[in-house]
Amino acid sequence: MDTVVVVGASLAGLRCCEALRRRGYSGKLVLVGEEAHKPYDRPPLSKQVLCGEWEPARTEFRRKEGYAPLALELQLGRRALALHAQARRVVLDDGKELAYDGLVIATGARARTLRGSEALSGVFTLRTLDDALQLRVALLQQPRVVVVGAGFIGLEVASACRKLDVAVTVVESMALPLDNPLGSAVGQAVQRLHEAHGVSFRLGVGVAALEGHGRVEHVRLSDGTAVPADVVVVGIGVTPNTAWLEGSGVAVGDGVLCDPTLATSVPGVVAAGDVVRWENPLFGESMRVEHWSNAVEQGQAAAARLLAGPTGGEPFSSLPYFWSDQYDLKLQFAGRVRADDELVLVEGTLADRNYVALYGRAGKLRGVLASNRPQQLLRYRKLLSEQASFDAALNAARPSAGP
Amino acid sequence: MRIIVDFDLCQSHGLCTEAAPELFQIRDDGFLYVLNETPGKELAGKAQKAAIECPTGAITLKDD
Repeated sequence: MDTVVVVGASLAGLRCCEALRRRGYSGKLVLVGEEAHKPYDRPPLSKQVLCGEWEPARTEFRRKEGYAPLALELQLGRRALALHAQARRVVLDDGKELAYDGLVIATGARARTLRGSEALSGVFTLRTLDDALQLRVALLQQPRVVVVGAGFIGLEVASACRKLDVAVTVVESMALPLDNPLGSAVGQAVQRLHEAHGVSFRLGVGVAALEGHGRVEHVRLSDGTAVPADVVVVGIGVTPNTAWLEGSGVAVGDGVLCDPTLATSVPGVVAAGDVVRWENPLFGESMRVEHWSNAVEQGQAAAARLLAGPTGGEPFSSLPYFWSDQYDLKLQFAGRVRADDELVLVEGTLADRNYVALYGRAGKLRGVLASNRPQQLLRYRKLLSEQASFDAALNAARPSAGP
Repeated sequence: MRIIVDFDLCQSHGLCTEAAPELFQIRDDGFLYVLNETPGKELAGKAQKAAIECPTGAITLKDD
């Protein structure tokens, strides 16, 4: 293999390039990124960057070591438009074509928007560094903010708003924040925390439209009421970036469809990061994982897969893990849960926000949530990796309650 | 090899303790402890895995 092209210059793409070099690949290596910025870390965007605690440059990866050791050809500010898989070429938006022997698709995902809001100013999503910097400028004007979507990004934005003493209302069509992933008890506790910090909620009601003349002025809800807004932040999930693969032969379907080894349906093409849909052996289900650790792990696994040749490679197995910081609350979650999983609080209390909750389904431990208890998460992560039964996990949580 | 942890960045995610339990430990106080700051070559791979997987980039490895 003489030329590897990695499309997507974020965490997964960068970690893939680093892993290729660590594994001894010495050929040409091209990293293509849509944004003008060098690869940077996204978790601080909704936290330290939005609050102004960090200079933007601090989010940049490889600040100390630089890019010379990787011998990369960095193509930044360039978007991949098409893939000609037969000819093994990637078409860029400047008309150039990149030939490859091996290709890594790490194009990630983009924030979903509200239809009909494109013409209004004052409407934001938060996905990129530029998004964060523009939103920060807007927040410094002390606007009335409406956050659409009480998921993690929405709640972190709400937390940042309160830190900046900005008035914020969170609108969510579900009955509680975070209800879908983490269950109603946790959702209620998180809601109370935000309310104690001055956040208003409009729950169980959808958004009908964003209205205004040039600028957004209010959010019209599905019950007909209007919430005044100078700034609207839309946090309603992401869409994987696969449009450029249309007609390429690479199978897609809410993500790039990969085999268990992260190989795509096309020879010489592997994938990594938020864009990947694969069957995770640890949970026996097809999933796309939009978390930091997954990007790191898959970036490295995709590098190994590419170098293993057409028939090589090992199944990629991973325990999804994420965290969220809101006020003084640190939530850490490992596993894969649904809203109807059984939830058992095994340590602490929801009220003081210092607890560990386990999630079970069909007799299996499926997830663990630790709130302000990082040291407790690890033992349950181990049980999840071992595919422990729910009973075994509950017993491990109560070592003194034996026969 | 020398392990340097920036404790201002460390948030006790603890992924390093899974990558290299010989080198890192989160104790009951919730803080990270480095068990061996100058590990031998045999632990270099694990130390590198710990540094790569740290969500806050708090772990740096220096060659001797």
